[in-house]
Amino acid sequence: MFSRAYKTAVTLPPLMWVTVFLLTPYALMFCYSFWSVSAAQTIVHSRSLDNYLQLLRVEVYWQTLLRSMWIAARVTIFSLLLGYPLAYFLSFYAGKKKDLLYQLVIIPLWVSYLVRAYAWKTILGSDGVLNTLLQYAHLTKHPLEFLLYSPFAVVLTLTHIYTPFAFLPIYAALEHIPRNLVEASHDLGATPAQTFWKVIFPLSIPGVVAGATFAFVLSLGDFLAPLLLGGPSGIMISNIVVSLFGAAYNWPLGAAISFCMLLLVVSLLVLSERLEKKWIFS
Amino acid sequence: MDLLVSHTKLVLGSRWLVFHAAAVFAFLYLPIVVLIFYSFNGEGVGGFPPHHLTLDWYRTLFADGPIWDSVLNSLQVAVAAMAISLALGVPAALALERARFPGKALFRRLVLLPLILPGIITGLSLLMLFNVMGTKLSLMTIILGHGTALISVATTEVFAGLQKLDRAQEEASLDLGANYWQTFWRITVPNLKLPIIGAALLIFTLSMDEIAVSFFLIGRDNTLPLEIWGRLRRGITPEINAVSTIIFVFSLVTIVFWYRLRVRGEGRSVAGSEIVATVEGNAL
Amino acid sequence: MIPAKDDNSIPSAALLSIRNVAKSFGKNAVLRDISLDVAEGEFLTILGESGSGKTTLLRIIAGFETASAGEVWMGEERLDRQPPYRRRVNTVFQHYALFPHLTVEQNVGYGLRVAKRPATEIAPRVAEALEKVRMSAHAKSKPSKISGGQQQRVALARALVNRPRLLLLDEPLSALDANLRRQMQVELKSLQREVGISFIFVTHDQEEAMVMSDRIALLRSGELEQVATPREIYGRPATAYVAQFIGHTNLLKGEVRAGMLRSGPLTWSAALPDGPVLLSLRPENIRLASGSMAVPRRVRVRGTVLSQDFHGATELIRVECADGLVLVVRTPGSSGALGGVELEFSSTDAVLVRQSPERI
Repeated sequence: MFSRAYKTAVTLPPLMWVTVFLLTPYALMFCYSFWSVSAAQTIVHSRSLDNYLQLLRVEVYWQTLLRSMWIAARVTIFSLLLGYPLAYFLSFYAGKKKDLLYQLVIIPLWVSYLVRAYAWKTILGSDGVLNTLLQYAHLTKHPLEFLLYSPFAVVLTLTHIYTPFAFLPIYAALEHIPRNLVEASHDLGATPAQTFWKVIFPLSIPGVVAGATFAFVLSLGDFLAPLLLGGPSGIMISNIVVSLFGAAYNWPLGAAISFCMLLLVVSLLVLSERLEKKWIFS
Repeated sequence: MDLLVSHTKLVLGSRWLVFHAAAVFAFLYLPIVVLIFYSFNGEGVGGFPPHHLTLDWYRTLFADGPIWDSVLNSLQVAVAAMAISLALGVPAALALERARFPGKALFRRLVLLPLILPGIITGLSLLMLFNVMGTKLSLMTIILGHGTALISVATTEVFAGLQKLDRAQEEASLDLGANYWQTFWRITVPNLKLPIIGAALLIFTLSMDEIAVSFFLIGRDNTLPLEIWGRLRRGITPEINAVSTIIFVFSLVTIVFWYRLRVRGEGRSVAGSEIVATVEGNAL
Repeated sequence: MIPAKDDNSIPSAALLSIRNVAKSFGKNAVLRDISLDVAEGEFLTILGESGSGKTTLLRIIAGFETASAGEVWMGEERLDRQPPYRRRVNTVFQHYALFPHLTVEQNVGYGLRVAKRPATEIAPRVAEALEKVRMSAHAKSKPSKISGGQQQRVALARALVNRPRLLLLDEPLSALDANLRRQMQVELKSLQREVGISFIFVTHDQEEAMVMSDRIALLRSGELEQVATPREIYGRPATAYVAQFIGHTNLLKGEVRAGMLRSGPLTWSAALPDGPVLLSLRPENIRLASGSMAVPRRVRVRGTVLSQDFHGATELIRVECADGLVLVVRTPGSSGALGGVELEFSSTDAVLVRQSPERI
């Protein structure tokens, strides 16, 4: 229906921009990953898989990657556990207050990430709110050290950040379920519990997959929370990358790790897309 | 009437759901509430409960030069990024919704990738590009970074708006004698007003809070988040609580404004595209 | 097999008893004091315009709404005290409400699986139900892949397979096109005869109600105007509203004085007390006058044809008579009446009706 001139004018600029500023940089990153750093701190255009092999050989690297994935997995699980019942409550239970409550869930998302991570630091520190409270209530005698500068702190903070992300697609999916299906299920003799497991939950699965993907991928690549709250035991893969581009000065190695992350993320996205397609019925 | 079956009881749930919801809300708002408290705390951070309330930290904040410089920088970046993202994101949405061309699927994935890709990867790859091109790092490079990463936000919002647009309206316009360009400006664009404004607001807010991409692309001038970040690394100053509270208030005002705008425009919030849009907030 | 009912049979043992049921949403009174009995094996239609409360009444029987007042009994039990999943009542929903993630087969077997019937029992019962609605070939399809009419039949099978004591149908044919509708009306009617359970059918289409029902309950603004067999409701409407809602009619306002009834230019003798009257005269009961034989109770009037609506087999013409009286007359399609005509009808065909009370 639209003229060729229109279509070209509309497609070309973004296409060109994206090629220059997205495709090319990723390609460059790919190239960088084969290079290496000389003793003189310059970048040598060699051609080897050394960097990728390093990733496998050097303990710190693959261990950190695994730890990052484990942290991301926990964040995902907790976000889903917190987010699903919340979404269910809003969708089926909240009635007139639904919109207001929805807004309340969204608001924290808009507050600066840095601000919120920093706030957790205040709360979890040995001098912080939580410890002071616990001691005040005589539940503990000394400040709990593991609360801050540990994987625990990272998981807690990231769960706080990403629960709304898990919530949103689940809520959207639940809202999409026609209410007459719930009535039909009851009409046919299913109790509310049976209705949930046989009708509501299966139809909400695409939302769960989307929410889980967001939570996992985003927390996997996070570098702020570990830096602020992780301490030495809470370092994640992105922190290593950041330091390789900073003090540890090894761009090619950093590029190699980044590129691996890129591949990982893309494959997860493809996987989740397939899963969602399997569970969409409309 | 004692055994009446109420509709609520028909849905699986009980008081536990209410408790759970309340607990999650408490969890989500706890840090923010703590922060606000401490910004008025005379003792700074630490020590609970907060002792004598004071506006001192806010006073220190207002006298703090570098912070305000960084705010100015952030504003410049945000406005410029908004312009770039919209200028490219709107056509991209149109292209995806209407045109057919080879490589469309790849294009779509590329445009939307920065939404979910950890920000540092976007930042790093751009850094390598600038390095190879010999470009010096400055506010300009940050603007390019934000602009590129946030195209996806503009595209998503406008795309959703386009899908809602009734094709029949455009067909009616053509039927009545307007050509493609006239139809575009008289019918299509006015209907996209709301998504575009929404996208602009969102891009602005996200750019103001952006760290991951900016981290690799800054030159000498700091943006606000990076300025705060620098201070945090050096040691906690309670001014940070004050500036955080102010950021929170601004965010709150913006989102309420944005939400009212949407509700007025559509009558119902669209959770689906919001998830994609707000993913940016913390990915970058 | 239930024998066909004739016009004047009284419903046998009541299966469902609705007693003084009322429902309000906030200040809005949707149903007021409804009392109705449904017999075993009867096809009852609840007929009404949108907003009449018919769907609400159905939902109260199904269990998705609770009545603000009154009781619903099934046999010896209080039905309205039970949640929907314990009632021996099943519903065919207006938009079918088929589960999109289950196949046709799985949809139909849902109620049986939920009741934890053994698999050996479920399979043959599902197959039988699909057979009855002629959807066996599509057993493994998903709802999104079949047409609206087919979905409707699956919804029917899904409800009937559970052998409920009562089947509720909420305007199930409204989304179908005219020809399919007529076909389904016939199919539903014969299906009901075959399975022998009571059907409560809700619709706003009076022709549909007339075709399918053993009895019609006409609902207006939350109250029952009349409950009767189709023939009765057509031939002896209780109120002006009923007369006008079902089919076409001429509503005549008249006055009786000393045994003579006068309505505009019409006049005849009537053994009625003095006072104002309201009469319903169906268009098919008015004919073009033929022959000059004066027959007792025959009323004649002259007029001019205003307009004609050709309907194929018949024609509906509007005739203006003296005193501004306009009569609608149904004539054979071939009559081609034009210009001046003389009409005649029998005064016994003018049925006395009540004025319907105003309802807010």
